[in-house]
Amino acid sequence: MKKDIILAGVGGQGILSIAAIIGTAALSKGLYLKQAEVHGMSQRGGDVQSNLRISDREIASDLIPMGKADMIISVEPMESLRYLPMLSTDGWLVTNTKPFVNIKNYPEMDKLMTEIEKLPKQIAIDADEIARQLGSPKSANMVILGAASPFLDIEYGLLQDAIRGIFLKKGEDVVKVNLDALEAGRKLALNRLN
Amino acid sequence: MQKLLLLGDEAIAQGALDAGLSGIYAYPGTPSTEITEYVMKSKEAKTGKVVASWGANEKTAMEAGLGMSYAGKRAMVCMKHVGLNVAADAFVNSAITGANGGLIIVAADDPSMHSSQNEQDSRFYGKFALIPILEPGNQQEAYDMVHFGFDLSEKFRIPVLMRITTRLAHSRSGVARKEPRPQNKIRLPENLKQFILLPANARKQYKSLLNSQAGYILESEKSPFNIMIDNANHKMGIICCGLAYNYLMENFENHHIPYPVLRIGQYPLPEKQIREIYDNCDSLLILEDGYPLVEELIRGFMNNGKPIKGRLDGTIPRDGELNPNIIARALGLEDTYGRDIPAIVTGRPPSLCKGCPHIYSYNALNEALLSVGKGRVFSDIGCYTLGALEPFDAINSCVDMGASITMAKGAADAGLVPAIAVIGDSTFTHSGMTGLLDAVVAKSPITVMILDNATTAMTGGQNSAALGKIEDICEALGVAKDHIRILNPLQKYHEENLAVMKEEIAFEGVSVIIPRRECIQTVTRRMRENKKQQLTEKSEA
Repeated sequence: MKKDIILAGVGGQGILSIAAIIGTAALSKGLYLKQAEVHGMSQRGGDVQSNLRISDREIASDLIPMGKADMIISVEPMESLRYLPMLSTDGWLVTNTKPFVNIKNYPEMDKLMTEIEKLPKQIAIDADEIARQLGSPKSANMVILGAASPFLDIEYGLLQDAIRGIFLKKGEDVVKVNLDALEAGRKLALNRLN
Repeated sequence: MQKLLLLGDEAIAQGALDAGLSGIYAYPGTPSTEITEYVMKSKEAKTGKVVASWGANEKTAMEAGLGMSYAGKRAMVCMKHVGLNVAADAFVNSAITGANGGLIIVAADDPSMHSSQNEQDSRFYGKFALIPILEPGNQQEAYDMVHFGFDLSEKFRIPVLMRITTRLAHSRSGVARKEPRPQNKIRLPENLKQFILLPANARKQYKSLLNSQAGYILESEKSPFNIMIDNANHKMGIICCGLAYNYLMENFENHHIPYPVLRIGQYPLPEKQIREIYDNCDSLLILEDGYPLVEELIRGFMNNGKPIKGRLDGTIPRDGELNPNIIARALGLEDTYGRDIPAIVTGRPPSLCKGCPHIYSYNALNEALLSVGKGRVFSDIGCYTLGALEPFDAINSCVDMGASITMAKGAADAGLVPAIAVIGDSTFTHSGMTGLLDAVVAKSPITVMILDNATTAMTGGQNSAALGKIEDICEALGVAKDHIRILNPLQKYHEENLAVMKEEIAFEGVSVIIPRRECIQTVTRRMRENKKQQLTEKSEA
């Protein structure tokens, strides 16, 4: 088993929380893991990505080779497209459709959607809207993780356990909200697949 | 023991704690910051068993580390690569004094300049100072090398440089811990003149350093971090430094590679193994992150031996970080690629945070300088360097820590008046104070804006040594009290702020303007922590 994942977003959007949950779940399964992060200046509202590699055999490089990523998980639509050179031609793109506009020349949304829909395997959902409906706008990243969960080759229960473990210190309410967000994202993705 | 999931930086910190560290000294700098932060958060530091502190700059940190080593205890000093320039005086001379307690200096290089102004290779500093260098190839080695490095340092009584790069510093993987060992007790140097570098003594010490070189090479030749892997195809041998080995292996299914490989993790280079791979192979490929240090050494000035490929002949790009694809191309293997980035995707550079006090300060400064025109603002290293970008376009230089004030002085000396310096609070106490003294002595007509957000913001909000001291420092350095002006950088005070700026810019002497408001990131973090505290108290009650 091997999953090479690019996590994408804008600094401050919480892609490292997604990485932490997948990572915790992978470790509990006894898998090898390497995860390259971006710290420093780019975290100030710039584009950020993380290379997350999981495997049942030892992993050599901290960086995923171009064109070899199995999946892009993005919390922002334009950022999902920035890493297409990394994605294998039959890889999955799972992205939020809610734009994060902090630049003047942000492209038109329908043009972004056209580009996203060109991909043979993609799931694009408005995670912010779903999170808002659940009453927890901050858990949009968990909605996206839920939407990516059918393609991770990690048991869903292990992801739920990881969320419990990581959010427990913030209280039972926070755990529940995040589990609900994960479930909502997963359901949407599974519906699209059927 | 269960493996810990650690960043390379954190692995070094945990390694130091487990190897009997007594003190860690540093100035924050990406990608090195998390080493010291990890130690600061440890039980050992919180209970006072280990000293963990931010120095005013890398030089003061290096000297404090050397003092701890003098006293016989183990010390670590951490900085980003350009920080080693600041610490260089102490660093190079520490090779002449030698160490007493184990001393490791960690320099975190930033090839590809993810968060830096250059991509200098710290291995050259280690070579220049004539001391051993360790370069881990993964998180586990980063952990193991600290224990090993302290032993090496104590065996030879010499500081050891540990060189890492951004990719290792900020990448996580599983790390197995060793049994922790106790700290050293206080033990004075056997020779109480060891640390006195008066010429007569320094000459002796330097000779002793030179005489140790053969021993360092011997250590490298038997080092567990310099590994020769012989394989059948001798048409080419590959020398890999640090992380390069991982990128090489990524290109071979099941990690089976046909060529002999020499992994380098310890310097000076192991001469025996280098000679062996050179003699046994028809050509060499050198893979190293940073500058072509190994390649230059092996190629030599005459360049009349076997073909050597690397960064110098263009097989590998001369600049930038290595990755698996660069190495695939160098080996003539299939180069992989996904799809092109759609043309509509635009750049998203970093920007000042919403609510950042610098936003107001730059807008006001731009307005105050309208009548003077562009090209007058010398700036410095910090979040406020983002003032170079749209929509501010407010600064004209960013060179090194503290350079804003001294460059403004030099430009004013040339007749460029007014000249403005913009510097942050932490950068000011790091390296700006001495420059301000120069300006005061010369009565330079410059205006220094010290943007005081009460923290070292760009590296994540570490304590600033300047906190609560800035106007006292300026006054003590000789800036006239009525030309030290404190502003509240908020739009509602704009008219008075603007008037102050215009007044001080017009003043023909040294003036200091201090826009003062806490960093929005640290404010938010504090509020979050308070809330968490309240929640815990509530649940306990």
